[in-house]
Parts: sequence; C-alpha cells; structure tokens
Amino acid sequence: MKYRIKFSKYSSMVFIGHLDMMRYFQKAIRRAGLPIAYSTGFSPHQILSFAAPLGVGLFSNGEYADLEFTSEIKTAECKKRLQEVMVEGVDILSVKVLPKDAGNAMASVAAASYTVKIRKGHERDDFSFTKEFDRFMSQNEILIEKETKKSSKVLNLKEFIFDYKADADSIYLLVDASSSGNIKPGLVMEAYYQFLQKKPEAFEFVITREETYTRDQNGQLISLDAVGEDL
Amino acid sequence: MRKLALNDEILLTIEKPARYIGGEVNSVMKENKEELIRFVMCFPDVYEIGMSHLGIQILYDLLNSYEDVWCERVYSPWMDLDAIMRKEQIPLFALESQDPVSDFDFIGITLQYEMCYTNILQVLDLSNIPIFAKERTNEHPIVIGGGPCAYNPEPIAAFFDLFYIGEGETQYRALLDLYKNCQKDGYDRMDFLHKAAQIPGIYCPMLYDVTYHADGTIKVFYPLYDDIPKTIMKELVTDVNQVPYPKKPVVPFIKVTQDRVVLEIQRGCIRGCRFCQAGQLYRPVRERSLDFLKEYAIEMLDNTGHEEISLSSLSSSDYSNLSEFMDFLIEKCKDKHVNISLPSLRIDAFSLDVMSKVQDVKKSSLTFAPEAGTQRMRNVINKGLTEEVILNGARLAFEGGWNKVKLYFMLGLPTETIADVKGIAELANEVAKVYYETVPKEKRNGKVQITISTSFFIPKPFTPFQWAPMGYAQEFLDKAHTLKDTVLEQLNKKSIRYIYHEADVSVLEGAFARGDRKISDVIYKAYQKGCIYDAWSEFFKQELWDEAFEECGLNVDFYTTRERSVDEVLPWDFISCGVEKAFFIREWERAKAETVTPNCKMQCQGCGAARFKTGICFDKKN
Ligand code: SF4
Repeated sequence: MKYRIKFSKYSSMVFIGHLDMMRYFQKAIRRAGLPIAYSTGFSPHQILSFAAPLGVGLFSNGEYADLEFTSEIKTAECKKRLQEVMVEGVDILSVKVLPKDAGNAMASVAAASYTVKIRKGHERDDFSFTKEFDRFMSQNEILIEKETKKSSKVLNLKEFIFDYKADADSIYLLVDASSSGNIKPGLVMEAYYQFLQKKPEAFEFVITREETYTRDQNGQLISLDAVGEDL
Repeated sequence: MRKLALNDEILLTIEKPARYIGGEVNSVMKENKEELIRFVMCFPDVYEIGMSHLGIQILYDLLNSYEDVWCERVYSPWMDLDAIMRKEQIPLFALESQDPVSDFDFIGITLQYEMCYTNILQVLDLSNIPIFAKERTNEHPIVIGGGPCAYNPEPIAAFFDLFYIGEGETQYRALLDLYKNCQKDGYDRMDFLHKAAQIPGIYCPMLYDVTYHADGTIKVFYPLYDDIPKTIMKELVTDVNQVPYPKKPVVPFIKVTQDRVVLEIQRGCIRGCRFCQAGQLYRPVRERSLDFLKEYAIEMLDNTGHEEISLSSLSSSDYSNLSEFMDFLIEKCKDKHVNISLPSLRIDAFSLDVMSKVQDVKKSSLTFAPEAGTQRMRNVINKGLTEEVILNGARLAFEGGWNKVKLYFMLGLPTETIADVKGIAELANEVAKVYYETVPKEKRNGKVQITISTSFFIPKPFTPFQWAPMGYAQEFLDKAHTLKDTVLEQLNKKSIRYIYHEADVSVLEGAFARGDRKISDVIYKAYQKGCIYDAWSEFFKQELWDEAFEECGLNVDFYTTRERSVDEVLPWDFISCGVEKAFFIREWERAKAETVTPNCKMQCQGCGAARFKTGICFDKKN
C-alpha cells in the first residue's frame, strides 16, 4: 500500500540537506517500527521517494514523501508514530493513503508556493522590498536568462509565475515546479531586484516553501496530499 | 526552540553546517538548573570522526544518567569555521545547549591518537580557556584528559588539570561528588585538584615534578606532596555485564565514519602482539555475555534506526560465543533489513562462512593482517600467524568467490632486515599464486586484486617494544621503495598494488608517543605557528614542526631513534596498566630471541593483570 506523508522543516533542520533528510527519514521509519517495504536484490532499500528537493537554508510547510508499506496501517496511527520519533525542526503534518493509480510524488509535482521575507539585519532604509512587486508583475513579459547544464536560454518568467501577492513585509509566490519549468523563488527575486536596479545581498531573503502542488484531472492545482485519503 | 550559537549566514557559508547545530536524534537536553554540573565531552577532531567514537558515547550516556549532571559534546571546528570564529571572536560552544564551553564545569578531552594534540590547543583557545593549566583560575572549567594517549600524558601534561587513567565507567561519580563537596565550602581550584589526585586512576600533572640527567633522560619523577600517590594504577571495569552501555546512541544527521550501531562484544585481547599497545592497556580480556549482547543489539537498532550493526573488539574471532551470536544476529537482521559488518576477523572456514552470509562476496574484499613478511619477523612481534595459515585462508576465500584481498604490514619493526622487507612482496606474490592455482580460468572474475598496505612501526609505551629504536624517516622511505621494486620484479606484479603512508607524520607521532614533559612547549610553539589538524595530510606542515623542535632546543631523534636501556626511567613509568614492567622486559628479550609467547587462552604468562581479579585470568582458575 502506498502512503504519502507531508512534513514541515524549520528551526535548525533547515541546515540539513536533501540527501541527509532522506537518510533521516529512512532511520525514522525504522525507529517508528513501520512496515516499510523493501526493494529486492542484494542490497535492498526502502521504497521511499521524495517530492521536490528543498535547498539548504529554506524552511518548508509542505514537504512530501511517498512510501510503501507491506501491510495496512491507519493513517492517524502512522502519523502519530512518525511524529513520536521526529526531532525538533520536523513535524509530520499529514499522512494519506494513495489510490493505486497515483503518480509518484516526484513526477507529479506541478507547482510550489513560497513566501519570501527579508532576513533580520538585512532591512534596507532606502526602499520597502515589497512595494514595487505589483509593478514588476504588471510588465508584459519578464525575460530572464536561465542557465542550464550546457548553455543558457532566455525565457519569459511571467509564464511560470501562476500567482503572487505582495504584503507589507512578505511576497507570496506560486511558481512552476514541474520538471520542465522548475523555477526557484530566488530566481524571481533576482529578476525583481534587477527590475528595481538593485542587487540582492547574500542571504538577504528568508524563504519558506508553503505548499507543493500537483494537477487534478481538470488541470487544477491541488496540494499533493489532496490526492490521498484518510484510512 | 534552541537558539544556535552561529548565525544563519555563517551556517550557510560553511561546509556541512550540521556539524555545529546539535539536536540530533537521541542527543540529550536537560533543563539548565543552577545546581547542575555542566560537563562537555570533546573529541579534538572534526565532527564526523569524533561522532564515530564509541568511548565518548559510553561516557555521554553514563554522565547523562546522573540527574545532577548534563553532559554535552564538542568537536574541533573545521578549518573554514575555525577561521571565522577567530575573525569574529565567536567562542566555541557545546552542541546541545549551544552555550560557550568556557561556562562549563568540566571539559573532558578524549585522546585517541597523538596527532590530534594541536587540536586540543585549538579547542581550548577557541573556548577562551588558558592553554596552560597553571594559568587557569576558579572561573575556568576543569580540563580532564582520558583515552589511550593518557597512558603517556607527559607531552601534553602542561595543558591538562587532570588525566583519567583507564576505563571511564568507574571513577567519574567519585570525581563529581568531590567537585560538589568542594563547591559547598568556597570552591578553590587547587584544593579540588589536590583532592582529586587522591582518587584512584586520577593524575594531576601539576602536583608532580621531574628532574633530568645531563643527557636529557629522567633522573627522578616525584609527587610534590606526601599525600599524592607515586604510582597511578589504571581503572578497570571488573564486570562488563554490569556497566551501562548506551542503548540510545546519538544518531548524526550527516554521514559519519561509523554510521552504524557499534556493539562492543569484549574488552581486551588475549594475543599479546608485541607492537600492540591496546592489547596491553586493556588486559585482561573480559567478554560480554550473550544475553547482554542480544538485548543491546536489538534495542540499539530499534532506538537509532541504523541500517547496519558492527561488532567492536580488538580480535572478534577470539570471542567465545561468536558463532552463536552471529547466528542470532543474522537471523534478526534479516527480518529488519539490517547489514552486519565484521571487522577484525581471522580468515578461516568459520569466518568465511559468516562473511558469505552477510556480504556481497563479489564486491567485498578480505583483510589479512600478517603485519610482517617473514616467519622470523612474525615471531619477533609475536604475531602467531604462519604463512601456511595465511595461504590456506586465501585458498578458502578464493574458492568461496572472493578475489579482492588486502594485506596489512608494518615496516621498520625491531631487528628488521632487507629480507623481511622483501618477504612482504613475496608473501603477496604467493597469495596471488594461490589464486591462479585454485580458481580455474573459466571461473575467474578477472585478475585477483591484492593490495599491500604498509604503515611505519611506531614503538608505544606499555609494550615490549617501548625500549626499541624507531626508524628514521629516510630509512622508512628506502624500505618502502625496496618493497615497491620487489613487487615490480615479481611474476604477479600486475595483480598487486602497493600503498604506503608518509613517513614524516609517523616520526612525529613516534616522538609524541614516547615523549616527556619537555614536548609540551614544542606543541605549543607549533600551534602558535599555525599547526592544527596534523592527522590530516593536507594540513600537516613538517617545516613548522622542525622549527618548533629547534626553537625548544630539542632533538626528535632523542625520542624516536634512540634505543633505551631497560634501566632508564621512562616518562610514563609512574603509571601502571596492571601489566608489570618485568613482563615487558621478559617479552623484549624473547622478541630479540625470536621466540613466540603463547596467548592467555593457551597459557597464562603471569603478566600481572590478574591483580584485577576478573576476566580470562580469573575465569580459568575457577
Ligand atoms: S595474567 Fe595471564 S591470563 Fe591474565 S592477562 Fe596476564 S597473561 Fe593473560
């Protein structure tokens, strides 16, 4: 049976990279004594995969991992047992059972939402960082150069920003996170600062991933855990 | 939520910030009450090395089991953070509370190898604790050292308030109680240290003095007060089934050297190899019971979630119930999808059978440690392994499907000749020959891959070779070249790879291992010149060490290449590991006569360790 877990990442855990988070969960699942399934072969590994990797330093309220159990377990029970073995900085937010035909977490990611704030100590007197964002977004197109492995290509960033909202001290972004158009919030902020004719300082932003989305049959964005159900 | 000592920007700038944030699974947090004794355990090397050390985990668990103590951890900041901390004057902090180390009551430093000595100075320095013990005041933590290098603490005596000689489980409670008592009626550091020095196993270097002969050797070493012991006997656990062992070891977020459950199956070793210090320091052998091991193996796996378990001991093959315990582990680990790793097994039919059950034969390599290339040389070092046994083990292994073999040797052993050096290559060639004779062409999975690895022999205190001369760096290198040439002259040269270490670090290690109090100044000078992380070849700076020795008016050769007479007062003579000096002298003579000595299981040699009334010396007599 396939399950999907949603978790948060905060406090000192934001300094743990993606690969180490995977190792952390592998061990946590063992500590929780959950009936995880293993692959076959000489060195079997847990059937466990993660949705979009999160960069070091980013917070999250919407991380996902899919795993397969060899026997049925109630979702509430699973959530409780996993939460009991977590450290400060990771909380289990939901556990759902996936329908048989559900795509895996990684492949079905379509979009992700973020909030961007200014890090303490980086506030600037000369401008309010969110004020001009509406004007930035009202441009007809936002052309940027995106580096790929071999070359760089020009793309219209605006097509990849599905939604946004600028508040007094934060900017909300809903951006493409699919494998074909994976846009990092840092890239948007860079383009925005260029528009302002300013340069972002190193470590200027504190970024939180709020949610990770997939598309339903109608092409609507829904959170990854909306695919599954309680048991 | 815990507040971190380093700000986000620093943590995002440096390599592997997880080294400094604490908060790992099973790390211990306590409410910081006024009366709590704050203890921080330090391994003076980078986190990944330090976290892999069993001894600290044992003491961390023990000290945290006391309600009135909170024990935390600290490791050497890596070079990138070291530079930032100095520039921004950030004091070194403990991982759990993230509080400055200087606020603690005790800092315990484990001394596992000599090449970490400058890192001790780094840790003290970054903590704003005076590097020299005599400059510390009531405000500073008590700096206490322990571990194998504490058996000759003299080269670093100036930096420590106390040393704990022997196994840590026995006297910490007494030491902490004394500390509490001393605090009740107006704490005075020297008063506490004086009283501490009367606890068995505790050595306070400031309370001793030493005078020298004109030639630099020691005339007398003596306590400054009548109530301070002349000799310090090591502490030892008499019942290894009754002492606490960590059921919930800390699980690091990042990959460390030992990323697995480590289960200590026994302490000590029956073998008595004459070059081996550990084999003498931990005498006598004490085995843990099967019930103990079974219980701990399961609980530790459940509490950590590790996917691998490793057995720890000096010579696992000698553990009496190994076969039964392995059956149990293999069975349990299959259910749990846990891998078993088996270090230090003698290669024979039994161990090959076990290994074939727990490893991928095609991928894994087998390790033999003949330590010397000829039978004569092996007799000198008392390594009771014959060529026949080695080749037979190899044959069985090749039949079982293995084709990668690692062979470990030492160069520069006492009485070594060129024939012994060449013998290493010849033995490797014989092993290759066995492969081609044993495995028919159609069954071969490529060439046999034999790796010879040599280290340079370093005489260590509390071994029969503690009087032996060590080789010069150039001698070592010449021998390594001879060996290389011999390998290349042989028929099976294409199947044999040879690797050896740098000689300079070994020479320095040799000087520290048998050094006296005068060495403290050299270490201090070298540290000031920028020496740190000397165990890491990329940071080792030979020139600076040469300068430091010269400026202190000391000669490395005095400590390394000089043969000592058995009458000489050795810097560590005031310590006893339970084995008598007379036994070491006897063994030194037998070595020179190329005579093998039977191990503890075959026949007791009356080494002196029976005084502890436990382990193998005692079991047999009952
Ligand atoms: S007293 Fe005998 S049995 Fe005990 S450690 Fe020494 S040699 Fe071995």
